[in-house]
Amino acid sequence: MEFPEGLKYTKEHEWVLVEDRIATIGITEYAQQELGDVVYVELPEVGEKIVKDDPFGAVESVKAVSDIYAPVSGTVIEVNDTLPDSPETINDDAYGDGWMIKVEMSDADDLKDLMSAEEYAEYVDQQKEEEDEGEEESGEE
Amino acid sequence: MLRDDIPGFPELGELEVLRHFTRLSHLNYAIESQFYPLGSCTMKYNPKINEVVARLPGFSLLHPLAPAELIQGALELLHGLEAMLAEISGMDRVTLQPAAGAQGELTGLMVIRACLKERGNPRRKIIVPDTAHGTNPASSTLCGYDVVQIPSNNRGMVEAGKVEEVMDEEVAALMLTNPNTLGIFEKNIQAVADVVHKKGGMVYLDGANLNALMGIAKPGDMGVDVLHINLHKTFSTPHGGGGPGAGPVGVKGFLEDYLPVPRIAKSNGNFRLQEDLPKSVGRVRSFFGNFGILVRAYTYIISLGGDGLEETSRMALLNANYLRKKLEGAYHLPYPEPCMHECVFTDRLQHKEGVTTLDIAKRLLDYGFHPPTIYFPLVASGALMIEPTETESRETLDAFAEAMGAIAREAKENPALVKSAPHTTPVGRLDEARAARKPVLRWEPTKKAES
Repeated sequence: MEFPEGLKYTKEHEWVLVEDRIATIGITEYAQQELGDVVYVELPEVGEKIVKDDPFGAVESVKAVSDIYAPVSGTVIEVNDTLPDSPETINDDAYGDGWMIKVEMSDADDLKDLMSAEEYAEYVDQQKEEEDEGEEESGEE
Repeated sequence: MLRDDIPGFPELGELEVLRHFTRLSHLNYAIESQFYPLGSCTMKYNPKINEVVARLPGFSLLHPLAPAELIQGALELLHGLEAMLAEISGMDRVTLQPAAGAQGELTGLMVIRACLKERGNPRRKIIVPDTAHGTNPASSTLCGYDVVQIPSNNRGMVEAGKVEEVMDEEVAALMLTNPNTLGIFEKNIQAVADVVHKKGGMVYLDGANLNALMGIAKPGDMGVDVLHINLHKTFSTPHGGGGPGAGPVGVKGFLEDYLPVPRIAKSNGNFRLQEDLPKSVGRVRSFFGNFGILVRAYTYIISLGGDGLEETSRMALLNANYLRKKLEGAYHLPYPEPCMHECVFTDRLQHKEGVTTLDIAKRLLDYGFHPPTIYFPLVASGALMIEPTETESRETLDAFAEAMGAIAREAKENPALVKSAPHTTPVGRLDEARAARKPVLRWEPTKKAES
């Protein structure tokens, strides 16, 4: 699975590309694989304010609906208008044409606790392992 | 609107039309034809006596605007059903109005909000565990609350400590399902309720799984303040094509004044309708709720009696645990606690061969079984949620377990067979993603249906 260098990542599986004060946000390859075929995307409108760690939109796949959490706070300056009509773009190109929103960040410090590509790859491995073992720890009364 | 031309109606003879619809009816899958182990939905058999009683002209021909003095029998039935549901659930007062479980949730939360508002602060938040039905956060949001999600522990239960971490004076209520969506009894419910009550919050029970508790335990004894009951699950009324349902709401005495109107009162042996109750949240449904459905639930309760209802719950538990034991080993059991009325497996053992929960569900169709609920609850990745209900024979359960076992073997030996299933149904694997992305909802005469 690919996690491009140069992007920042969240525990909720969003990615952020930072250029000056502008953050481009989408969901990761791992997120799209776990979700399965995306059939609907709900995004905020240009001008809306989003708050770090709060949901700013939702993706619906054939399996489930999931919130998308804001990795940073700021104002939405651009929205990927092609996604509502072709949500499959998120499955096909999560880091490219599948981007969701661009945000003008209000606080650069928001980036501090985001993960690097390497850290995120480790985090994903850990998640997969937990999924494989964690649930079996269930003990006796 | 007058059309200039006829848009090309299909022109067929009566016999051809009859054959068309008869053929379609044979493609139907129903509890009357086959096993329906759809977890959480409780597709139990609906006894035919319910239908007979609901069709009695005294019930079916009533005019909804008839004055109370002319519908005393119907009001007596509603009043009696309220009392029976209150007894079964351990609550003090019940309203029958909400037309579905989710509307019951909203009504219950409106009652909580009205009470808290009168106490001075309606509060801002509702706590919901990660095993909850999706309707819980949805109803909370609709009622103006923010949702705080808490994780359940590795045994699939909510812990009082986790609730304590997020519980404060701005939390209006905690919504809990018991047994929860993993089919596990929330053993800590009393301790959890104490934590919520200590800060002035209320405990809302999603009673969707009350069918596991009838005659065994009462939510009202577990610290629950408000609950809803799904008559179309627990009390054998039809699920129909998504309705009509019924989601009665039960409350403890201190919340009675806030229940919706009209309320049915009895005085001097007569029943009357009370509308003028200033603290009430108002009307939530026209007339008396889905009356025909309420007649069916009443019939079910009367025909089984107290002992019969208890045996119903015990058989549902027995059947679910029987399947859990039979399938253990062939499928991964993420939470190996003894289950109540349903059990949750996952596709982890099959995943290694690339076979997923969806593939297993599709392959079951080839064996003549409706698949269980899939990919819910979300806490179990790739969930297969099986609820056999009380009305299945051991032979049916064995046949289902055998089919599931055969699919587990196929997943190892011939995964391609499972991945391309179903093979024996009128249509093969449907493109679910395309159906959701580009739905074709209308037949158009000028265009040929797209292939």
